Amino acid sequence: MIRFADVNMSYNNGQEALHKINLYIERGAMVYVTGRSGAGKTTLLRLIALVERQAHGQIIVNGQNLSRITGNRISLYRRSIGFTFQDHRLLNDRTIFDNVALPLIVAGYSYQETRKRTHAALDKVGLLARKNAMPLALSGGEQQRVGIARAVVHQPVLLLADEPTGNLDPALSWDTMKLFEQFNQVGVTVLIASHDLDMIKKLKKKIITLRQGRLLTHIGETVKR
Amino acid sequence: MNKGKRLKASINKALKIWLMQHAQAFVFSLGQLYKNPLGTALTTAVIGISLALPAGFYLLLENAQKLADNWEDSADISLFLQHSYTEEQAASLAKHVRNMDGVLGVAMISRADALAEYRLLSGFDEALDLLTENPLPNVLMVKPETDLSAADSQALLVRLRQLPQVNTAQLDQQWAQRLFLIMEVAQRTVLLLSVILGFAVLLIVGNTIRLAIYHRRQEIEIHKLFGATNAFIQRPFLYYGLLHGIIGSLIACLLLQSAVMVLHAPVSRLSALYSSDFELAALGLSGVLGLMLAGALLGVSGAFFSVQRHIKTIDPV
Repeated sequence: MIRFADVNMSYNNGQEALHKINLYIERGAMVYVTGRSGAGKTTLLRLIALVERQAHGQIIVNGQNLSRITGNRISLYRRSIGFTFQDHRLLNDRTIFDNVALPLIVAGYSYQETRKRTHAALDKVGLLARKNAMPLALSGGEQQRVGIARAVVHQPVLLLADEPTGNLDPALSWDTMKLFEQFNQVGVTVLIASHDLDMIKKLKKKIITLRQGRLLTHIGETVKR
Repeated sequence: MNKGKRLKASINKALKIWLMQHAQAFVFSLGQLYKNPLGTALTTAVIGISLALPAGFYLLLENAQKLADNWEDSADISLFLQHSYTEEQAASLAKHVRNMDGVLGVAMISRADALAEYRLLSGFDEALDLLTENPLPNVLMVKPETDLSAADSQALLVRLRQLPQVNTAQLDQQWAQRLFLIMEVAQRTVLLLSVILGFAVLLIVGNTIRLAIYHRRQEIEIHKLFGATNAFIQRPFLYYGLLHGIIGSLIACLLLQSAVMVLHAPVSRLSALYSSDFELAALGLSGVLGLMLAGALLGVSGAFFSVQRHIKTIDPV
């Protein structure tokens, strides 16, 4: 599903964010990317989302070479991915329904189809009853679930989550991770960046560890300590 | 055959999506205007005034043109005779002039008639009673032949001027020509003003859109991240500009129409004084449509330039 080959990435200030990354994540896998702040977790996700471009090396996602995707094809490529963020990044002047429906409206789904799928996604995260509420009326955990509903409503093949549990208490974090697991079980490849190593270890999934832009654990290897 | 049908169906579907997304963008922009009533009112008022100024001058010119048209076809030469000449002498001069080359006809306005007319129209009735004698001269209105060239009519003017009985000979057309030239200068000025103020509208709309883009930065980022094309993101902003332009031009129409209404009665009274049936013309349907088209075009182009410039700087973060 995702293959990195000798990927180097540095920011404009000359700081090297990723160094010679080689990794392979198979289709349908659920993988955690971990490491301290500044280790390159977010950069890794941004490269996959085509927000950044690598300086060297090759990235293949879902059979597509990312260096060859330019212009309007970037938009089409991104429609196959779902995103969640640590700070949720919901649009606060729109209802929960409108927030979750966003990826469908962007892709030009009809109103009926949008309604059906949005309701299904909200139902899945247990927030259908709050569909007409505004985001700020919801708790942090609920907002995170709205973000997750938005990330899966267009049935992406790949789900990228950047620190999804960063602001949540342990119980809510656990529920959130379980929710990701459910989506993974229906075939979505899930890639989660998180520094919450204690919880990750309990989940018994594959872990990629980064330290200062370098890959610490090898592909698919689980950290044992 | 089957392939063609499928292609047609997919084109239909793409068109449907396109139309739907346009409708969505339009409704969304309307909502944005409605959500920010004060800002919308201020911006559209400024646009309205910027459009009303050149349109108002244009209207003024149109009216002046209408007035000038009445004069332009009169190529008459007025001969103001020496004061000492009596009406009988004037009549015999009229006969002489009628036989000159290039003259079609001569009409005489005797000093008595002129005074009577002036008394009737000017309203200086009582003041005129104070005068012991009629201050007006006898006047011969010489109508030159209609196909006379400018040089020939000038030559005729010179010949008439040389007659000893004539005090002043005045070609009425000269006034019309001067007026025409003045109007041409005014027209150029209005054109220049329109260009400058049109540019101002572009800048106003452009800046409004720039601010709107800035305020909705986060929204744009999220949309881009979830696969919105640039066209999708630009659309509501273009409609936003279009709506600003249209509302602004409606305000401009309203301003002009009220100005005409306010001026209508005094202008009618004034023209009645000059025994003219001149009426102040309003913008008319084509004028209103033209103004709205101009507003819409300026709104869309202002938005377009602004969007082109500013949306590219926003990338998902």
